[in-house]
Amino acid sequence: MSDDLRDLYQEQILDHSKRPRNFRTLPTANRSAEGYNPLCGDRETVYLTLEGDVLKDVSFQGSGCAISTASASMMTERVKGMTRPQAEALFEKFHDLITSASGPKPGGPGLEKLEVFSGVREYPVRIKCATLPWHTLKAALAGGQERVSTELSEGPKAESGGA
Amino acid sequence: MSAPASVRPAAPRPGGATGATGAAGYDVLRVREDFPILSRRVYGKPLVYLDNAATTQKPRAVMDAVRSLYENSYANIHRGVHFLSVESSEAYEKARETMKDFLHAGDTREIVFVRGTTEGINLVAQTYGRANVRAGDEILISALEHHSNIVPWQILCEEKGAKLVVAPINERGEIRMDELERRLSGKTKIVAVSHVSNALGTVNPVKSIIALAHGRGVPVLVDGAQAAPRLSVDVRDLDCDFYTFSGHKMYGPTGVGILYGKAEHLEAMPPYQGGGDMISSVTFEKTTYNILPYKFEAGTPNIAGGIGLAAAADYMRSLGIENIEAHENDLLSYATGRLSAIPGLRVIGTAREKAAVLSFTLEGVHPHDVGTVLDREGVAVRTGHHCAQPVMDFFQVPATTRASFGLYNTREEVDVFFAGIQKVVEMFRP
Repeated sequence: MSDDLRDLYQEQILDHSKRPRNFRTLPTANRSAEGYNPLCGDRETVYLTLEGDVLKDVSFQGSGCAISTASASMMTERVKGMTRPQAEALFEKFHDLITSASGPKPGGPGLEKLEVFSGVREYPVRIKCATLPWHTLKAALAGGQERVSTELSEGPKAESGGA
Repeated sequence: MSAPASVRPAAPRPGGATGATGAAGYDVLRVREDFPILSRRVYGKPLVYLDNAATTQKPRAVMDAVRSLYENSYANIHRGVHFLSVESSEAYEKARETMKDFLHAGDTREIVFVRGTTEGINLVAQTYGRANVRAGDEILISALEHHSNIVPWQILCEEKGAKLVVAPINERGEIRMDELERRLSGKTKIVAVSHVSNALGTVNPVKSIIALAHGRGVPVLVDGAQAAPRLSVDVRDLDCDFYTFSGHKMYGPTGVGILYGKAEHLEAMPPYQGGGDMISSVTFEKTTYNILPYKFEAGTPNIAGGIGLAAAADYMRSLGIENIEAHENDLLSYATGRLSAIPGLRVIGTAREKAAVLSFTLEGVHPHDVGTVLDREGVAVRTGHHCAQPVMDFFQVPATTRASFGLYNTREEVDVFFAGIQKVVEMFRP
């Protein structure tokens, strides 16, 4: 693998994509949302057990590329036990990590293992893959059986039009 | 790289250094020199452009034609009495003549310049369709169609209360002719079908479909977007009522294409858009429309685009359309043979008649990841649903990776592509 590809597909990302954690439905879930990228067919449902303000348990199911699967897997591990504001602040940071040249702003929850996604920044067409699970989590937190589409959020299109 | 020689004996050996292929006398290395972009390197590697079904690169002849117009002859057409306007008009009408010959049509009145295939189909849906389709009528398409040959008909059906009927495909990705025939009814007002499928490469038996439909008095529109770049198209032999394609997929500029329509239909059809050039006289009380084909060409057209498109057609004919087809077929069978050696690789679309498109899935690996790894090897492929979501649904895959070949690709490039796939397998297999 060339070095720049290794920046994107870091060992932990490959590991989580091949053996995703929390990859199941959640019988206790009181929130869920479906994330969909119509351009590449990625589809992931995030399940959430919210107790008061605390994300008691989080899981996901669906199919997607290595980046979105690993992102969902590592997201569920990281946000479990967090409060809602903490999870939302973490999404902000994660978002900055992969979209902003200057990286995330200081303060708030640490990205820790999620730092492995920093290589996505160099692959603009893959940013949506990494953010899809987070947008879906956000929709689940916002309440109800929502469906989010990458085509209604930010970032360059993964692909479009043409034949 | 080692080619597993045992897999498919019929597949030719990995390409030698000459670039020679099945097409005798077709010198692909010479042809490549006509395309400046092919010498580009991406990520420090030679570009291997295998996304030709999306759009094709341009030969110097096309760029020169466009540049020459702007440097020497450019003015608005069909209007001015001045020298340049006359010269531009003549060049534009000569381009129309070239496209008539390219399609083996009989009359330039039947050659309408449009923006591309999408506009060609929308034009027919919005003029012929709106004039002829009533509530309860049916429009028959196939399950292989590109979104651009689905949605314009859905819009029409919604407006008219008509029904979109779909002829199914089989596991190979071929239209089921018996099922298509069964769906041709007294209510069918138009059949719209692709000549070559963009997602799978299936070459549809359009001549038989047209004969079937005409047997019931139903006109046929053929989406030729993927056929015009590689097959010799004879609209009179096909006897199609409409045939449309895009310039940019056949080595010409973007934003221009052709709609061929039989004069009897075009005469009877209402205009598409109103404006200048499509009228012969205008008063506030009454407007008289222009003669064919100008009735369908409102406004200043893509003059340079039309001239560039004709240059592309001339270029293809100078190479020989049959040679291009033979060359691409050789690449397709060579690539299919090589990829068949990869465990877990499933070719989507295995029609007996196939052209230039190799769509596949790789077990346990998402096409996006395939595309990213290939990209870093310099190999450009398309990943996704290829604007043909119903086709993906039929094969129960969310997306595929698609390599599509053009007249300038080589077996050596197929080898680079193959090595890239092997790399993908190494990386992502559990």
